[in-house]
Amino acid sequence: MTELKSAKDIPIGGIIASPGNSRSYRTGEWRSQRPVWIPEGCVHCLICWVYCPDSAIEVEDGKMKGIDYSHCKGCGICVRECPRKEKALRLERES
Amino acid sequence: MASRQHVAMTGNEAVAHAMRQINPDVVAAYPITPQTDIVQFFSQFVADGVVKTEFVTVESEHSAMSATIGAAASGARAMTATSSQGLALMWEMLHIASGYRLPIVMPVVNRTLSGPINIHCDHSDTMGALTTGWIQLYSESAQEAYDNMIQAVRIAEHPDVQLPVMVCQDGFITSHGIENLEVLSDEEVAQFIGEYKPVYSVLDVNRPITVGPLVLPDYLFEMKFQQAKAMEAARRVILEVGKEYGRLTGREYGFFEGYRLEDAERVIVVLSSTAGTTRVVVDELRRKGEKVGLLKPRVIRPFPASELREALSHARAVAIMDRAETFSTQGGPLFCEIRAAFYDAPERPLMRNYIFGLGGRDVGTSQIEKVFADLAADLARGSVKTPVSYLDVRE
Repeated sequence: MTELKSAKDIPIGGIIASPGNSRSYRTGEWRSQRPVWIPEGCVHCLICWVYCPDSAIEVEDGKMKGIDYSHCKGCGICVRECPRKEKALRLERES
Repeated sequence: MASRQHVAMTGNEAVAHAMRQINPDVVAAYPITPQTDIVQFFSQFVADGVVKTEFVTVESEHSAMSATIGAAASGARAMTATSSQGLALMWEMLHIASGYRLPIVMPVVNRTLSGPINIHCDHSDTMGALTTGWIQLYSESAQEAYDNMIQAVRIAEHPDVQLPVMVCQDGFITSHGIENLEVLSDEEVAQFIGEYKPVYSVLDVNRPITVGPLVLPDYLFEMKFQQAKAMEAARRVILEVGKEYGRLTGREYGFFEGYRLEDAERVIVVLSSTAGTTRVVVDELRRKGEKVGLLKPRVIRPFPASELREALSHARAVAIMDRAETFSTQGGPLFCEIRAAFYDAPERPLMRNYIFGLGGRDVGTSQIEKVFADLAADLARGSVKTPVSYLDVRE
């Protein structure tokens, strides 16, 4: 869990005083199911990267590298759109 | 205006005059009876170039408050003014102004809420707004409306407060009645209110911020707690500013004003212009040797519960008069809160409530005399027969 600050330690009025801080807001904590990547079955077509609404597919040098679980909300769109289906991405219930 | 002057002005004129001297960066307003004069006088100041204010003509009060909120969020000293239905139309934005902690000052000329439609004075508009997170100051006269406007700027903008303030006066009775008042010089007002240094500004490119983001269950409660703490801080700030204003003008302001209250056995508690009528009756009855007095609240939000309890502790019978109905069947808003303030008191005076003056029903000295006579009857009986009654209504 992200550590929660007290009323004394946050700006008043709901103001976000540090720009670009959504990176540190871990929306992944909302997840009830998670996509699991199976590197052996992946053909690096990056269709998952195109569809992911949360930029949670990590890519390096044009290749799928993994999933950013800090921000993946578990919507499952990557699993649904993956042309390799279960061979490359599988949806599991979050423990 | 280079020096202090005694002038004849209506309550609305006095407020517009204070706004000219405050010289806000932005005013966004929509006319509504009986507030219209304020906007009209002020727009003349804008047209004459005597203020540097950006005046935004809007299509409704919802837009007036929205534009004022936008201006305040950008770090501007921003104001609007309204009455009755206009305040009601602002409703959701009232909560946003206080929730975003924007120090907006808004004169409100009290008028009843429809329906049936009626343009005259009662307090149903601002009494309905007690839970919107705004500080509320009530004014008996044009002088008090003027003085409250200038103090409101300092209260709202204090770093420990950062809350919006309503400055209320009675529609028509005060807003359109001409009286003699003392106004400060422009320089004195400028010096008293000082330069506004906003804590945050959405236009400050060196310190970019986001205003109005979604705040979820993990933080919204903390932000409401901050607001409650700010209201608590306002109790101290209101008194500090009132004292400082007293040193400047000789007119010191607190949470309320007592009139022949110290040794009074029977007391009327009433807001705004009716306090003037009550003062006359108090003097009349005092001449006959009756120990009567008046307590006129000025600040209702924050609610000065302990101070009111202390000030009324020696009274034997108290009539709390509400120019607004809650339809709870248990009395008006002021009555309920003052009665609650006495819950922990070891000794309580007899207390009763009058709903009065709805829709501009005139309250004269004879009605006030009746209230003091009812209190005398309660004292003779040793109990209150009718806790909530309607003054001068044809039942």
